[in-house]
Amino acid sequence: MDEISPNKRRWRRFEEWDLRPLRLDSFAEENPEDGFSVFSSPYDPKPSLRLAADGAVLEMDGRAATDFDVLDAFIARHHIDPEVAGEAMEMDSARIARMLVDVNVPRPRLERLARGMTPAKLTEVLGLLNALETTFAYSKMRQRNSPGNQAHVTNAKDDPLQLAADAAVAVGLGFDEIETTMRVAGNSWSNALACTVGAAVGRGSTLFQCSIEEAEELKIGLAGLATYAETVSVYGTEESFVDGDDTPWSKTFLTAAYASRGIKARCTSGASAELLMGYHERRSVLYLEARCLCLQRAMGVQGTQNGGIDGAPLTASMPAGVHELLAENLLAVWLGLECASGNDTRISESEIRVGAKITPYLLAGSDLITSGFGSVKAYDNSFNPSLFNGEELEDYLVLQRDFQVDGGLTPLAEEEALRLRRQAVEALADVLDELGLARADADMKESVIYASGSKETLTFSPVKTSEISRNIASRGLTALDVIRALATRGHEHVAKNVLLMLKQRVSGDYLQTSAVIRGGKVISAVNDPNSYSGPGTGYRMSSDKWNRVKSVRGTINREQVLAAEGGRNQSSDAPRLHGIGRAEQGRDPHEVVIGISPAFGERLHRTTAGHAVTDVLDALHAGILSGGGLPRIVRILHTADTSFLGLTAARLSGSGYGIGIQAKGTAVIHQRDKLPHMNLELFSNAPLVTLKQYRQMGANAARMTWGELPDPVIVVNDGQALGARFHTRVALLHAIETKMTAPGAEPVDQYFATREHNA
Amino acid sequence: MSRPVDPRDLYPLSEKAPELVQTMTGLGLADFSLQAVLDGRVAAADLAITPGVLKLQASVARAAGRDRLADNFDRAAELVAVPQELLLSTYELLRPGRAGTATRLRSRASELREKYGAERIAALIEEAADVYEKRRLFSSRF
Repeated sequence: MDEISPNKRRWRRFEEWDLRPLRLDSFAEENPEDGFSVFSSPYDPKPSLRLAADGAVLEMDGRAATDFDVLDAFIARHHIDPEVAGEAMEMDSARIARMLVDVNVPRPRLERLARGMTPAKLTEVLGLLNALETTFAYSKMRQRNSPGNQAHVTNAKDDPLQLAADAAVAVGLGFDEIETTMRVAGNSWSNALACTVGAAVGRGSTLFQCSIEEAEELKIGLAGLATYAETVSVYGTEESFVDGDDTPWSKTFLTAAYASRGIKARCTSGASAELLMGYHERRSVLYLEARCLCLQRAMGVQGTQNGGIDGAPLTASMPAGVHELLAENLLAVWLGLECASGNDTRISESEIRVGAKITPYLLAGSDLITSGFGSVKAYDNSFNPSLFNGEELEDYLVLQRDFQVDGGLTPLAEEEALRLRRQAVEALADVLDELGLARADADMKESVIYASGSKETLTFSPVKTSEISRNIASRGLTALDVIRALATRGHEHVAKNVLLMLKQRVSGDYLQTSAVIRGGKVISAVNDPNSYSGPGTGYRMSSDKWNRVKSVRGTINREQVLAAEGGRNQSSDAPRLHGIGRAEQGRDPHEVVIGISPAFGERLHRTTAGHAVTDVLDALHAGILSGGGLPRIVRILHTADTSFLGLTAARLSGSGYGIGIQAKGTAVIHQRDKLPHMNLELFSNAPLVTLKQYRQMGANAARMTWGELPDPVIVVNDGQALGARFHTRVALLHAIETKMTAPGAEPVDQYFATREHNA
Repeated sequence: MSRPVDPRDLYPLSEKAPELVQTMTGLGLADFSLQAVLDGRVAAADLAITPGVLKLQASVARAAGRDRLADNFDRAAELVAVPQELLLSTYELLRPGRAGTATRLRSRASELREKYGAERIAALIEEAADVYEKRRLFSSRF
């Protein structure tokens, strides 16, 4: 059989590794021929620029003006600033790279230089930074001072009630923007109306986008049911651009069209899009993205969503791919663009890679840290699962707390989340009813309020949802109709929030770079610019924000520990314990003294494994008897340290053997003449110890008094992160113990009524 | 002597210079009350931004060192009056292969220039016509 063939036999570790989620990820080899290279390819052009006397570009990145493709032509004409170009192109790339990480070189100076640099030159500079430098430069160069975040709000049924509830929760969590899309394109109006209402519940004032084909998106925006758009896709090669059915001029026109309707717009680009479309020209991923970004600045769009997006998993499959994604975000902000920095696609099945992917962005901050955080369950995300999804939202909240960084979100209490969901569902149901679009019954509403995802909801049929959407569009309903319906049904606060967004459109303030709306006020790179220039400058969370960020669920304190571990078992047969007088030296050669800590059964009544301390004592006591020893219990008051408890007990013991135990359950067998930390047996992982094992420890100590060397009790550890699970409680418990110690206090003999005795 | 105002000091307009903001029908920001909506005093036309406000935002962007963004707002100001159908059909015409010939693009540019005073937009379309000709982007793709 081949399983015993020696050359087939595998190291078991590899077989185990095969089963980890990581092994589902694919990894690509570097291969410029096939477009698989991130920072540079032998087919990338060398940076070059030649200008005519009038500033017209004659040659750029090794290509003469007569050979320019559409991107070259647009970049040469609208991106390259002839005033700066000579100086910037002359400058040593390494010097520019150092300026990017130099706190003494202000952001505007670098942005000015970028306006004179070609895509190949920008790529060359970025290739000189390591990942840490890229992260640091990103934090210095990003546009708005205070970071933000964007949520995806979608569901597999395009259920408007659930969209409203989830939009309200997303806003409650602090997302500055929410974006929806549909499983069925025709449902766009229903989705837009539902999210508009949901987003206006609670604090309101969140930018909202309905991602669909441009003409439809403009119409929805015109009706006041969307405030921004980010579907202005651009690509880094002419063929992929044309395949995407656009040109730089059509996209420039579209960008102006959005602004003319008061709609904030950003472009979409990102590594490997050209690779997925099959037109990569063998260029590096970063060079192609540099072309996209120069183009975007040239088009006059305020910002971009880049950093991979749909191409992120492919980019992450390449060596240094994740670093490249960060580098292209840096390039966006260096060019003065708002950056919604990707992180909107699940790039890996490995939770470790997911956590590592987000970390530089949390540290550096970003205008929008993700261009779509899956605020809903992964299966409900109609864009496909995001890097983080509803399932992992609390992990993200804790990461913010770990690094003391503002990732744009704050924890939301369960009660508050339910209140928002109820309000959103009621408001939307009333709007649908008032406008004669649909009636939601009580069962539907209740199911949506409490559902985690669409698999759990009773709601409108797909046909009904499509009908709602069709009617909104065909009747020409606008946000004004929604406001009237809300006000008529008593949702004045929600109505006012919808109105506030309409009013904001008229002033056009949120069209400026990196604009978001917080507390009804527009904050952008104009009135809140990032001016980081070293420690003590730039963005710091306010103490109020930090207080909210750090209030994650499940924090514990001393009072809670005392409440949980300080409860005594009051049942009549529970073992009981009380002091009877000063402990003297024992004489019996088989005596085993159990030295209990100051708080043991006094202030603390439960071990970290959840046993009553008296039950643990009962087990040790019974074990000693079963091993032919004579137990005696002594409370030790001068120390709470396990080793010293054990050693003190051993010295008092007639046999010279003793057991020391703390209230949290850590126990040790000690012998009179040993050094403090040279114990005979130790239960260090108290949370894992069973009563049976305590009993066996008692028996072992007793057998030692007979001169035997029993097998030590093995407490099996499956590799749990016991520190993470228990150390908070352990530290608080131990502090209670140490506070009760009194230097020089004598040990006290204890009367112990066992369970058997009480029965 | 009064110094010229830095446009950045007017930003955000809704807070620092609300008196400069008016809708097409002459409503000011203060007129956007719930009661006004219920009374029908705010109409669909009031949900639109005006060329004047876009030009103000262009001057803010320019003062903030964002010349290209400012250009975009200036182009947008020219498009406010362009009806939705014409706006969408012009976008469609600019997509690869749609116009068929450079002449069709150029005549659209003239139309927008003459009817709507859209000088910058017209120039953009004419520039596209030149490049599309060179790069042979007029042939139909479907």
